[in-house]
Amino acid sequence: MKVDVLEHVENLNQYGPTYTSVKPNWLSRLDERSILWLQLDKQDSSANTLSEDVLQELSEILDDIDNKSPTALVIGSAKPKGFCAGADIKSFKSHDESEMANMLHRGHAVLDRLASLDVPTVAVIHGHCLGGGLELALACQQRIGVKNGLEMGFPEIRLGVHPGLGGTYRLTRLINPVTAMTMMLTGKSAYDRQTKSQGLVDDLVESRHVENAVCAAIEKGVRKRRRKFSNFMLNTLAVRKFAAKKMRAESEKKAPSTYYPAPYALIDLWEKFGSSTHKMQAAEIQSFASLITSETARNLVRIFFLHQSLKNQAKARADIQHVHIIGAGSMGGEIAGWCAMQGLKVTLSDQQAEPVAKAVNNTGQLCRDKHRTGAETRDTLDRLIPDMRNDGLENADLIIEAVPEKIDIKKKLYQTIEPRMKANAILVTNTSSILIEKLTDGLRNPARFMGLHFFNPVSKMLMVEAIAHDNTSTDVVERILAFTRDIGKIPVQVASYPGFLVNRALTPYLLEAIVMLEEGIDKTRIDEIAKNFGMPMGPVELIDQIGLDICIHVADMLADLLDKPMARIPDNVRKKAENGELGKKSGKGFYQWENGKIKRDKKSTSKQETNIPDDHLTDRLILPMLDACVECHRLGIVKDPDHLDGAMIFATGFAPFRGGPIHYARTRGANEIVTTLEKLSQQHGERFKPDQGWQSL
Amino acid sequence: MVQTTLHQHSEAQVLQGRPVYIIDGARTPFIKARGKPGPFTPVDLAVQCGRPLLLRQPFHPSDFDEVILGCVSVISDEMNPARIAALRLGMGDSMPAFTVQINCGSGMQSIDTAYKYIRAGNADLILAGGAEALSHAPLFFRRQAVEWFASLNRASSLAQKIKSLAAFKPGYLKPVIGLLRGLTDPVVEMNMGQTAEKLAYLFDITRQQADEYAVASHSRLHRAQQEGFLQNEIEPAFSSCGQVFEHDDGVRPDSSLEKLAKLSPAFEPPHGKVTPGNSSQITDGASWVILASEDAVNRYKLEPRAIIKDSEWSALSPSIMGLGPVLSSTAIMKRHQLTLDNIDLWEINEAFAAQVLACLKAWNDTDFCKSVLGLEQPMGEMDQSILNVDGGAIGLGHPVGTSGNRIVLHLVNAMHRLDKKNGIATECIGGGQGGAMLIEKV
Repeated sequence: MKVDVLEHVENLNQYGPTYTSVKPNWLSRLDERSILWLQLDKQDSSANTLSEDVLQELSEILDDIDNKSPTALVIGSAKPKGFCAGADIKSFKSHDESEMANMLHRGHAVLDRLASLDVPTVAVIHGHCLGGGLELALACQQRIGVKNGLEMGFPEIRLGVHPGLGGTYRLTRLINPVTAMTMMLTGKSAYDRQTKSQGLVDDLVESRHVENAVCAAIEKGVRKRRRKFSNFMLNTLAVRKFAAKKMRAESEKKAPSTYYPAPYALIDLWEKFGSSTHKMQAAEIQSFASLITSETARNLVRIFFLHQSLKNQAKARADIQHVHIIGAGSMGGEIAGWCAMQGLKVTLSDQQAEPVAKAVNNTGQLCRDKHRTGAETRDTLDRLIPDMRNDGLENADLIIEAVPEKIDIKKKLYQTIEPRMKANAILVTNTSSILIEKLTDGLRNPARFMGLHFFNPVSKMLMVEAIAHDNTSTDVVERILAFTRDIGKIPVQVASYPGFLVNRALTPYLLEAIVMLEEGIDKTRIDEIAKNFGMPMGPVELIDQIGLDICIHVADMLADLLDKPMARIPDNVRKKAENGELGKKSGKGFYQWENGKIKRDKKSTSKQETNIPDDHLTDRLILPMLDACVECHRLGIVKDPDHLDGAMIFATGFAPFRGGPIHYARTRGANEIVTTLEKLSQQHGERFKPDQGWQSL
Repeated sequence: MVQTTLHQHSEAQVLQGRPVYIIDGARTPFIKARGKPGPFTPVDLAVQCGRPLLLRQPFHPSDFDEVILGCVSVISDEMNPARIAALRLGMGDSMPAFTVQINCGSGMQSIDTAYKYIRAGNADLILAGGAEALSHAPLFFRRQAVEWFASLNRASSLAQKIKSLAAFKPGYLKPVIGLLRGLTDPVVEMNMGQTAEKLAYLFDITRQQADEYAVASHSRLHRAQQEGFLQNEIEPAFSSCGQVFEHDDGVRPDSSLEKLAKLSPAFEPPHGKVTPGNSSQITDGASWVILASEDAVNRYKLEPRAIIKDSEWSALSPSIMGLGPVLSSTAIMKRHQLTLDNIDLWEINEAFAAQVLACLKAWNDTDFCKSVLGLEQPMGEMDQSILNVDGGAIGLGHPVGTSGNRIVLHLVNAMHRLDKKNGIATECIGGGQGGAMLIEKV
């Protein structure tokens, strides 16, 4: 038996310092130099969050500090995962605007107290340091980052708010204010060396040098660091006015102000009060309290919790180290690359070498796009093993079948592979259009078989549909949910149903766009209308992205299996697909594509249909999608309507600030929608007939 | 002519110890160097063929006791390539691994070392290979240029700096090609091609004979590719930028005497006989062989493909290094009382056509056999139909650290295909040595 020496050596604890618990959430030690070391250790949690009690306890510790009269104060974290993941979002849920403002005032008082201490204060930061966690760190005089895995940022904007515990004015004062604003506006974190170059940390060291780095920082810290002149200049009113204008224009492209007020509130804050910390602090509290209680923020926070609850569905261990993927087409290849990047051993099998080589190439590209180091990229590619003889089958814990969408091909394949699988290995199919139970007969052990439907492109799409059939064992379902979570995806359990959930709901929306095109409505207008509703991409562009051939295949399958009528695909569109005008992948679909991007015409020509109001077209596109979701809800395709909303948001980008299709339908009112659908049904045909599920929504 | 005598091991000494089996093996396609660094480093190549090989074994990669890899031109990013390959192959932190270097015999040296460890009972399961990326052989600065850099670095004052700068000569920029230096013997100051010229002269090998041999080598390799004889031996190599290499790409199926006759002598123009056409090619490639004891065979229910019966290393003047195979193979044959008739298949690494032909001629030379090999009778004429049956380094290329491994692997595969019992794989070694291994099919 071979011993993992590294693991044993790293677990030797006796040489490290010992902390004692001073408060339920805080550890402390006073060392021989009278430096007071505090560690945040949120009770009953694997990660630190900044809740009210944490701040209250910190306040008590600071009250007591005069008795101890330490030479310096150091704040770190006792959690291996990181410094602090941010504010406790749960506490935002129940407050109204004035309660919120009161809570913020209390929090600000604690951090201001910390910031005004006479002794040097140093934050030692490892791993995640986000949102409120970063605001705590910013209230210290100096920050020391620990190398490897350091992430610092303000993701608040994704929840429809901006930083609220002093982040807006402390960050814009500490570093280049334009960089600071960009960080807060995009919600993008800085990693490792970036944190040093941007000035978020004063020093970046290996964990083994933290003690020495802290001592050096304390010594140096007596001398107040001066603000860079360029940063000062960038914070002058004239520059702020100019930059704010550009920021508003940039934000409008990503997050229209109609639906997303937070970026604009943040820009206003800085533009108006950037030169006075006091005014900016007061305004930050006001603005945060009003934003967090807005409809958009409530919906975005709701999505945050949906994300958590979907991820936390799996309680079991996946016990999957080796994934074997059969079929190196675009889906199989991408799943393989993704899994290898997440640290799994992957064997990728195909009858041809070329698609496997393409998968290797794409994975290398993905690693570079994700800023992986050369060594990380090499290791990822080493783990992605081309397997031309299907040898990986015998040792794999999970086999993902991604061969062409033909029942016969798949069933024949299962006949040959099942006898070679390990006893506890799981077999899943990545089918998007075949009902899972149609593939089970002939299997020796159907209990370990189910569907696991990834979306294209795998590296971007978080959602995965997990589709069990009646005889799939619960153990297998649990392990697959855990596997999906472990590779950083979000599983949604879906019943075996034509198109499962996402394709069932999305197809009527895409088909309606095709019908509109036939009616002579301009494609860019259709896409604009969908985007104005809040979709990340218009339906015509999406069809081109997915591929016309695949859309037609799925639509035909649905038309075949569902009782509800679907919009008919016009012959000329079918012809288009036959001629190879498939969309992005072939360079031409409804749009012209160049280097993966749409080549825009200088001016779109046809404008004669402008008499149709936008609202009408929006309803024609969106309501059939809602209707399909209601149908899936009625049939229990997804058990929890919240999960259904999450699935549609994470898989299709369904307007996040609207909280998901079911939530939106309920907010807008089922009766109103039914009436509209009935009207549309009279005008445009049976396909708009409302589902009976609306009555009980 | 040859100043070496064969040192004889007693037979008892050799037959002692545990049997050692060859279980499996795989290699990359051999990829011709095309004037710039190829897509793979030596370790990349070792990983490319190692992964599918390990994948099909019934045991875990960490179950090996040791990894031994032959590699001559180790690149600076990959010191001890054996260990790096072991780690990248997922064999675990606790896998001991070392690299061996005996020039063109390195890939066989790794097998031989593994063989002796297992035979003696020190190990049960060893992965032994060879890896070489000659296309990555470095370019060096000349010594004078390095000294110039150093003086520039030392210069502290502006005046000194200017003085140092002024001492620059354009010739400093002309690089020294590491590969050419590596293929030149520093003791006798002859490059490898010249040693082949010397053998061609001493054994009266004509240019036409060498060219004929080269044509046959290409056509044998081409046939093997066409018939799929190499399918169970080669694993495709996938580069990180999406290329896939499935076949040895140095083969020239259209090679002919007329075409080869047009080539000029590469090493001793204009009168020499050794041309690029009748020499081995400069190539990248890697190869692995798995060796196991009887215990390991039983423990993991392995199916041995061959048993290693014996091995031998010999040495002689570097200027005639090409005769190395004759010395080492003869030592083995004598120890086991074997004649040419008893050996069913031969792999003699084709460093140069003239060199292989010189070996054959030496065995058929009464004088040579008597005075050098101590044989009463000459070994005789080797039937060329059992020599390098599927071609060799002239068509495939000669990634120096890999070739010795490849010929053992291919000998095992060819013995199975042709149902032959005994075979010898042997190579000449730059610096004046020879290595040989006697293999028996299981």
